[in-house]
Amino acid sequence: MPKLIKSSKIRTITRVNDFIVKFANVNGSGSASANKLFAKSVFRMGIPVSPNNIFPSNIQGLPTWYEVRISEAGYLGRREGVDLMVAMNEQTIKSDIDSVVPGGYVLYNSSKTLTKNLIRDDVQYLGIPLMDICLREFNHPAQRQLFKNIVYVGALAAFLNIDFKVLTAMVSEQFRGKEKLILPNIHALELGHQYATENYSCPLDLQLQAGDKTTGKILMDGNTAIGLGCVYGGATIGAWYPLTPSTSVVDSFAKYCKRLRIDPGTGKKKYSVIQAEDELAAIGIAIGAGWNGARAFTATSGPGISLMQEFLGLAYFAEIPIVLFNIQRVGPSTGMPTRSQQGDLLSCAYASHGDTKHILLFPASPTECFEFAARAFDIADRLQTPVIVMSDLELGMNEHICEPMDWDDNQGYDRGKVLDATQLEAIEKFGRYLDVDNDGIPYRTYPGTHADKGAYFTRGSSHDPYAAYTEDGDVFADMMDRLELKLTTALQYIPKPEICNEGSNTLGLMFFGSTDSAIQEVLDSLTKKGIKLDTLRIKAFPFHDSVHEFLNEHELTYVIEQNRDAQLKSLLKIECNADNDKMQSILSYNGVLPSAQRIENEILNSMQSLEGSGEVPA
Amino acid sequence: MSYINKPKFQHPQLETNDLGLTRRDYEGSFTTLCAGCGHDSISAAIIQATADMSLEPHRVAKISGIGCSSKIPAYFLNKSHSFNSVHGRMPSVATGANLANKELYYLGISGDGDSASIGLGQFCHIVRRRINMLYIVANNGTYGLTKGQLSATADLGSKTKSGEESQFDNIDMATLGIELGASFVARSFSGDKKQLIPLIQAGLTHKGFAFIDIISPCVTFNNIDASAQGYKNTWENHVALSEIDFVPMREEITTSYNAGKEKEITMHDGSVIRLHKTGNHYDPYDKENALHHINQHKKQGKIATGLLYINQSTSDLHELQDTVEKPFNTLTHHDLCPGSDVLADINNTFR
Repeated sequence: MPKLIKSSKIRTITRVNDFIVKFANVNGSGSASANKLFAKSVFRMGIPVSPNNIFPSNIQGLPTWYEVRISEAGYLGRREGVDLMVAMNEQTIKSDIDSVVPGGYVLYNSSKTLTKNLIRDDVQYLGIPLMDICLREFNHPAQRQLFKNIVYVGALAAFLNIDFKVLTAMVSEQFRGKEKLILPNIHALELGHQYATENYSCPLDLQLQAGDKTTGKILMDGNTAIGLGCVYGGATIGAWYPLTPSTSVVDSFAKYCKRLRIDPGTGKKKYSVIQAEDELAAIGIAIGAGWNGARAFTATSGPGISLMQEFLGLAYFAEIPIVLFNIQRVGPSTGMPTRSQQGDLLSCAYASHGDTKHILLFPASPTECFEFAARAFDIADRLQTPVIVMSDLELGMNEHICEPMDWDDNQGYDRGKVLDATQLEAIEKFGRYLDVDNDGIPYRTYPGTHADKGAYFTRGSSHDPYAAYTEDGDVFADMMDRLELKLTTALQYIPKPEICNEGSNTLGLMFFGSTDSAIQEVLDSLTKKGIKLDTLRIKAFPFHDSVHEFLNEHELTYVIEQNRDAQLKSLLKIECNADNDKMQSILSYNGVLPSAQRIENEILNSMQSLEGSGEVPA
Repeated sequence: MSYINKPKFQHPQLETNDLGLTRRDYEGSFTTLCAGCGHDSISAAIIQATADMSLEPHRVAKISGIGCSSKIPAYFLNKSHSFNSVHGRMPSVATGANLANKELYYLGISGDGDSASIGLGQFCHIVRRRINMLYIVANNGTYGLTKGQLSATADLGSKTKSGEESQFDNIDMATLGIELGASFVARSFSGDKKQLIPLIQAGLTHKGFAFIDIISPCVTFNNIDASAQGYKNTWENHVALSEIDFVPMREEITTSYNAGKEKEITMHDGSVIRLHKTGNHYDPYDKENALHHINQHKKQGKIATGLLYINQSTSDLHELQDTVEKPFNTLTHHDLCPGSDVLADINNTFR
């Protein structure tokens, strides 16, 4: 029996449903599914939870972490500090143990004795002889390795008071159809649970109590939601080139298509997934399909966006609907491929040479990832232009508690202004780029519609309203003006910002996308300090007038974004002619979400300096 | 080149095809290429090929890249939709278009700069993906629009008008196509209408990826005696494999088949290609032999033309992907959207 390190002198943290458990593992050791099992069990107990996977750009061997925040109050953003560390990686164990807050806990594999430099006198050590247990109980070498992860989840169940029935039910669901795996997994959970109960006083002072805070909600990642949104939105063609962190978008699309897009009579497919040779081909395929009247998309990340620039300009100028999902990661260049950033706003808003401008949508939750993905196809068809849905790694690859996805069966697809043979028959002369309705959106036809009418020449070179080549500068300028008008018309179709404006506050907070998860915590904490802020969450670009109005109505607006160069602020200056002095950036670009404390501190520091300079808003 | 519009007038006794259409119904705008450009002969051959086989013009989608060659879709089949995309990327656009509607004829037009240099990657992958289309490369060994630089198909030692000599081995699009799995590969010469027209007809009819590399001399920049793709060299050195006839499916075959001297290939839709003269000496189904034949001619400074290789047993992308019969672009909300009840079940899997 290994020596247990216990100290009665330590004053451990006492907290219910409000703490952080962090798992330190070796990439490729099979820990991911065990850690997910832990997080989901908390969710099923009705307690708000937000898991965050911090993983390396590596297949096997490098360190990986899984940080789970549990918050009764429903604060799902990042929080600094670790209350319980599951220290399973010898490469990082020193810094992992050092990162635990005083009074916190370290769960470790006590089959190996901890060296002296790893012993702190202000944390509680929870040793579980994982190796010994697995060697004793399992015969297969792979099982001995993999079940270590399940054993520590079983131990955590005892330590933290997880409902064991919740865990066993999840294991049974996970291995449905592979019944042989259910019993050994449950056995492994029991082994951990049993060891913890027999050797420690369980539960700890840090513990869970079942509640009802997650009733009706779902726990889902954004990329899965986007893939499903593409199925619901009527996409038939997904063309892509593998690129972290966007890959799981297409995985999800393919997975749901295999279930939901098979013709019941023939067993044939109502979809196509093409793994292209590169991102250029991926977007080219989407454009060819969009031109020919099928809904098509591609999913990529920063490096792919760089490669797609030329094609994006073509789709903008030749007015071809496509949907592009940008799951942003840290740039420039290869950057940090497995870390998150909101760094592609400028490169997407004005992608490609010449005067271009693209519609961007900013989902902030998996629910919105689903909704915006599906809606993007309507918007692209209506406006005949690319729509770029701007998610990021944090939103895309981590699971988030959110509202269930919703679909209105009565609302069909908006395929936009497409003329069929009968409508063409009634027209004297079809002009592909003629602004018939004075809204900047012309009418289009699909190839093969009519024997004599409606054919036109699509080109990226300058064209007149009848799609004929022109080098007449005035005709070209008219075309550019119409394209600008079209993007004004777009405001009727793209999601409006979410505004919380009490009318009496002088300070505003503007943000978008994954930053949303930190905001409620910031606001609640500031309210306790007597500081109130109005908020505006941007959901789309170009900006609605209400964005400009919000900036005007507040003395100072904090603009929070996850990049170095204040790209949203730049867009606000360019597009809303916003006063630079009325905006203050809160920037984060270290690859992880800014925590609520960090945002709050920046706001407080800024307010202090304003007071100091006598410029405090009245 | 000329900016005049084509007159709408047509001769009352102009011959009509099975659809009651005349050649005029297959024409395009007036060419803006140089007088004598080989590409204009390709346009003329496409017009005649499609008119003679009574193809419905609006059932053709023309897709091209960038360059002199990629401009020519404007000069034929005005009743067809056309997409002049970006440089070297026609293959991906054609792939997407084909996926969206499998029922149209897809005609890809590209050049040697477009397909052998900037777009070589996309060319390779569209061949691998077996898109059901006819892909034409108008090959003149030079970059015309940028005034006469050598292209990657120019033979080693071939010279441009400005005296620049190619220092590098050329890329042979026909052998590349065969090696990558194209199921119909031909080479022809823009000046040989008699051969080119039936090849275009056969290529359009072929189910799968059909490729024709057409030597099409650039009169302005690459037509001196020392240029491999010039008129002189091509006239003197192109060696036609056979005389070829194409008999569309709907026509009754009136001439008799001469087994000893002809090879007959029945296409997917029942049309027939007849190869005369070669008799049984050349087997167009033999991939290795086709490569050998091209390379042997090249060694002797000759250009092997004709239908070099055909394989009618491969599947196209739609078959490989097992897609539904209805074109994707006709599928409706009802066909595609699983609805709210299914979504409720899916929500439950995330609880």
